Amino acid sequence: MIDIILLTLLVVVAIAIIRMKDLFAVVMLLGIYGLLSASFFVAMDAVDVAFTEAAVGAGISTLLMLVVIAMTGRKEKTNRHKPLPALCIVLITGGLLIYGTFDMPHFGAADAPIHQHVAPRYINDSMAEVGVPNIVTSVLASYRAFDTFGEVVVIFTAGIGVLTLLSVARRKEDAEKISSINDSMHEQHLVIRIVAKMLIPFIFLFALYVQFHGDFGPGGGFQAGVIFAAAIILYAMLFGLNTARKVINQTFIQLIAAVGVLLYGSVGIVSLMNDGNFFNYNVLASDPIAGQHLGILLIEWGVGCTVASVMMIIFFSFAGRLELHQHNERVKNQESS
Amino acid sequence: MDMIITISSGFFLLIGSFLCFSGAIGLLRFPDFYTRMHAVGVTDTLGAGMILVGLMIISTDFLVFAKLAMVLLLTLLIGPTTSHVLAKAAFHNGLTPKSLSNQEKNNKEISSSNT
Repeated sequence: MIDIILLTLLVVVAIAIIRMKDLFAVVMLLGIYGLLSASFFVAMDAVDVAFTEAAVGAGISTLLMLVVIAMTGRKEKTNRHKPLPALCIVLITGGLLIYGTFDMPHFGAADAPIHQHVAPRYINDSMAEVGVPNIVTSVLASYRAFDTFGEVVVIFTAGIGVLTLLSVARRKEDAEKISSINDSMHEQHLVIRIVAKMLIPFIFLFALYVQFHGDFGPGGGFQAGVIFAAAIILYAMLFGLNTARKVINQTFIQLIAAVGVLLYGSVGIVSLMNDGNFFNYNVLASDPIAGQHLGILLIEWGVGCTVASVMMIIFFSFAGRLELHQHNERVKNQESS
Repeated sequence: MDMIITISSGFFLLIGSFLCFSGAIGLLRFPDFYTRMHAVGVTDTLGAGMILVGLMIISTDFLVFAKLAMVLLLTLLIGPTTSHVLAKAAFHNGLTPKSLSNQEKNNKEISSSNT
C-alpha cells in the first residue's frame, strides 16, 4: 500500500519537474524526489541504499545545484525544437522496455535468477567468510571491492575535473576585499549561526559514527563522507567562504582526496604482495576474519576521505566562481556609477 | 499500567496527527506566504514533537527511546530555525505581508489624493 502511494508521488513529482520552468523550484522538487525514493527504499528494506539516496540525492546534490543556479540564473530557456519526434522515440523505446519486462520473473519470486546466482552465498557464508553483520557492507567492501574501487576513482575524477575547469587563481589583496564584503553580508544571520554552531559538532560526530558503524548497521564511507562535507559546507555558507577557507586548507583537502584513493588502492596492492588476489583481505592478518575487518576498515576510511574532500572541492570551486562573478559585477557597477 | 501507557501514547499521537493535519490545511487555505509558513512552522514542530513523545511512551527498548529523544531534540532545534530562515529570506527579497502591503497601498492612495 505505502509502496503504491510513494510510487504515485514519485511520478507526480517527476511530471512536475518536467513541466516546471523555474529552475529553483525544479531543484527543490529534485530534492523531494530524492527523499521520496529514499523512503521507497526504506519501505523495500534497503536501508543502506536509502541512506545513500537521502544523503546524496536529497542532500548534497540539491545543495550543489543551488550553488550552480545562483551562477547561471533561475529561468529555463524557451526551447525551439519540436518535441514530437523525440516523444515518438521515447514512446517506442519505453514500450519495448515494458514489453521486455514481461519475460522477467514475477516481482519478488523466489526462483528468479537474481536470487539463485550469488545471493545465497552472500547470505549464507558472508558471516563465516567476512565476519561483518551487515551483509551490504561485506558485499560492497569485500566481495565487490574492485567495483567500489571504480566508484571511488569516478568520484575522484569528478573532483579533478571540477578543479581543472573551475578553480580560480586568486590574489591576496583581492581575497581580502571580497572577504570584507562577505563579512558584512553574513553579519545578520545570527539565529541560524548560533543554531548551526550548536549542531555542527554533532553532525561531525554522526558522520564518524556512520563511518565506523557501517560494519554493523546501515552506513559506510560514502554516506559518512557526504555528511562530513555537508557540515563543512553549512559552515562555509553561514560564516563566509573566506573564513571557511582559513579553517579548511584547500591544498590539504586536495591532498586528502588523493590519499583516500591511494589508501584504497594500496590495500589491494598489499594483499597482492601477501600472496592473495587483489583486494583479498584474508591475507592481511594472521587470522582471515581479522584481516577482513582490517581491510574493510581501511578501505571505508579511504572512501570516506575521498568522498568528503571531493564534495568540499566541488563546493568551494563553484562558490569561489560565484563569489568572483559577484565581485566583478559590483566593481563594474561602481565604475559605471 | 499497560493501559495507562497505551492510552497516553494514543492521546499524544492523536494530538500530534491533528496538529500536523491542521498545519496542512493552513498551508492550503491561508492567503499569503507568511501566514502559510506560520501555520506549518508552528504546528509541524509541535505535531512532530507530540508524535515522537507518543512513540517514546510506548517504546519498550531503551535504545529506541534514546534515539527518539535525540530526534525530538533535533526537531525542536531545527523546525523553528528553518521557519525563521525562510521568513527572513522572503522578507529580505522584498516580499511584504499581505495586509501590510494593502495598508501601504491605501496610505499611498490617501497621500496622493491629498496632494
